[in-house]
Amino acid sequence: MSKDSESNKISRRNFLGKAGTGIVGSTILISSIGAADKTGPDLAEAPPIDPKETDILNLWVNGKKQKLKINPSSTLAEVLRNKLNLTGTKIVCNQGACGGCTVVMDNKAVYACHMLALDAAGKKVVTIEGLLEGEELNHLQEAFIEKDGLQCGFCTPGQIMSAYALLLSKPNPNREDIMEAMSGNICRCGAYPNILDSVLLAVQNKN
Amino acid sequence: MKDFNYIQPDSLSQAGKYLSNRNNDAVILSGGTDLLSLIKENIYTNENVVNLKTIPNLNNIKYKKGEGLTIGALTKISDVAESKIIKEKFTVLAEAAKEIASLQLRNMGTVGGNICQRPRCWYYREDFDCIKKGGGECFAYQGENKYHCIIGGGPCYIVHPSDLAVALTALDAKVKLFFDDSSRIIPIHEFFILPEDDYLFENILRDGEIVTEIIIPDLPDGAKSSYIKIKERETWDFAVVSAAAVISKKGSNIKSGKIAYGGVAPIPWTEEIINKSLKNLNADKNEIEKISKIILADAEPLEKNKYKVILAKNLVKRILTNLVLDA
Ligand SMILES: Cc1cc2nc3c(=O)[nH]c(=O)nc-3n(C[C@H](O)[C@H](O)[C@H](O)COP(=O)(O)OP(=O)(O)OC[C@H]3O[C@@H](n4cnc5c(N)ncnc54)[C@H](O)[C@@H]3O)c2cc1C
Ligand code: SF4
Ligand code: FES
Ligand code: FES
Repeated sequence: MSKDSESNKISRRNFLGKAGTGIVGSTILISSIGAADKTGPDLAEAPPIDPKETDILNLWVNGKKQKLKINPSSTLAEVLRNKLNLTGTKIVCNQGACGGCTVVMDNKAVYACHMLALDAAGKKVVTIEGLLEGEELNHLQEAFIEKDGLQCGFCTPGQIMSAYALLLSKPNPNREDIMEAMSGNICRCGAYPNILDSVLLAVQNKN
Repeated sequence: MKDFNYIQPDSLSQAGKYLSNRNNDAVILSGGTDLLSLIKENIYTNENVVNLKTIPNLNNIKYKKGEGLTIGALTKISDVAESKIIKEKFTVLAEAAKEIASLQLRNMGTVGGNICQRPRCWYYREDFDCIKKGGGECFAYQGENKYHCIIGGGPCYIVHPSDLAVALTALDAKVKLFFDDSSRIIPIHEFFILPEDDYLFENILRDGEIVTEIIIPDLPDGAKSSYIKIKERETWDFAVVSAAAVISKKGSNIKSGKIAYGGVAPIPWTEEIINKSLKNLNADKNEIEKISKIILADAEPLEKNKYKVILAKNLVKRILTNLVLDA
């Protein structure tokens, strides 16, 4: 997995952040370039202790019960990354528009960047880190490696979590099912054919 | 994101009391899929955000033959898309739900939030103090208006972004509202308002009023319905133009029907003259052609969206053909 290089993050965020607010217009893109810094807090520089951490959040993450003190306006993605150090969940557009932050909550795929952490209270959250079976990769992860279901890899955790949610509700999906369920996960590298093959291989290997 | 307090009431009456007190500077959050965008972009800066999900009994789908369907406002869009009774009997609504955003957002977004979502006009969503934000000018009117309205506009030219609202209009739905400590039920066409009546809001809700339920009258046996949405790309997108139609047939004739269009007006749009002309219509190819010719006859497109008129006409032709001729 590539490191979250800052330049990489900003350009993606900027582009996807704007694309996410509706239909993209060239004039607007120009006008909003200066607004890149407002599409998300600089997570790397967030202070460790926040006096605004007034609320208690109880939830399960990857099978473990967690009790955390959080700022009520934190998103689930921020809490996973900053409080629990689960940085496999990526914040890319931070606008609910790309799928990079997809996690599975009570067996359904959701965007962790676009929901409040407090809305996960009492729920069971699974992140990409939760797919490891001991030291072993999950069969979906194996399939993505085998079929080259990635290029830069930035969208991959989200892709895999979407596929994981799909297989929970439909263990034998066909191509159309996969395309439909995963259309909320955008891959800027356009690795779609291999992503599709990876999921199909995972289905096949499981059977 | 700007800091706020998260208020989690456990009854409707508690939420109502809190929200109706203007000193609380509060805003409603259901799924949050639109509200969080509005807060992240600093369009909403409220101090308090009130979560409706902690209120019991607002998340359910109930059907009673002869009476109809009720959907709690906190019902997830994915539950509407997957509901057996809605797919079978109120197909237009299931199809509209399935066209919304992406699976992840449908798992998060609610029916109430969907009809109350704010417009997608890019000037509104960006740093422009346009009329809708209390400024003096509509930047879309002479600006980038490819996706704006072709009818019902002025002084603001948004289109209503909700897919469900279009289907619900074709279904003659009613909306149940809760304020302070009492409820009222209004037809959906009274819920949405044109900018000429109030350009700051898209509906009649006022500070603290909560949508609690959608009520849909039962359809006669054999009624058919459908939703078609034109988008610019395969993945999530708002409608460029959409159409919802509900038709009851008697033999080969249409007994009655209703069509609503999305993406054309600041509210879900429907035309009495079209709905009337569907009554007892011997619906053959010719008649459908005639109807599609007169729809949106009063459209006044802006400079860059004339294409929407043709799109809407062809969409109505397609939806009627699907429902009546290819049956
Ligand atoms: C990337 C993206 C794509 C989208 N695509 C589509 C699409 O194709 N079609 C479409 O229709 N929508 C689309 N949406 C818009 C929308 O977010 C969702 O459809 C969703 O249904 C909104 O519901 P919510 O519960 O999340 O609303 P929230 O975000 O919680 O609320 C939305 C607004 O309604 C108010 N509100 C919420 N519930 C109530 C209530 N019960 N009573 C009174 N006021 C209330 C809130 O105060 C807020 O102003 C998209 C959104 C995103 C981010
Ligand atoms: S269409 Fe409405 S929201 Fe858009 S710029 Fe004009 S006044 Fe503002
Ligand atoms: S980071 Fe793009 S959807 Fe969450
Ligand atoms: S975004 Fe690079 S692999 Fe998908």
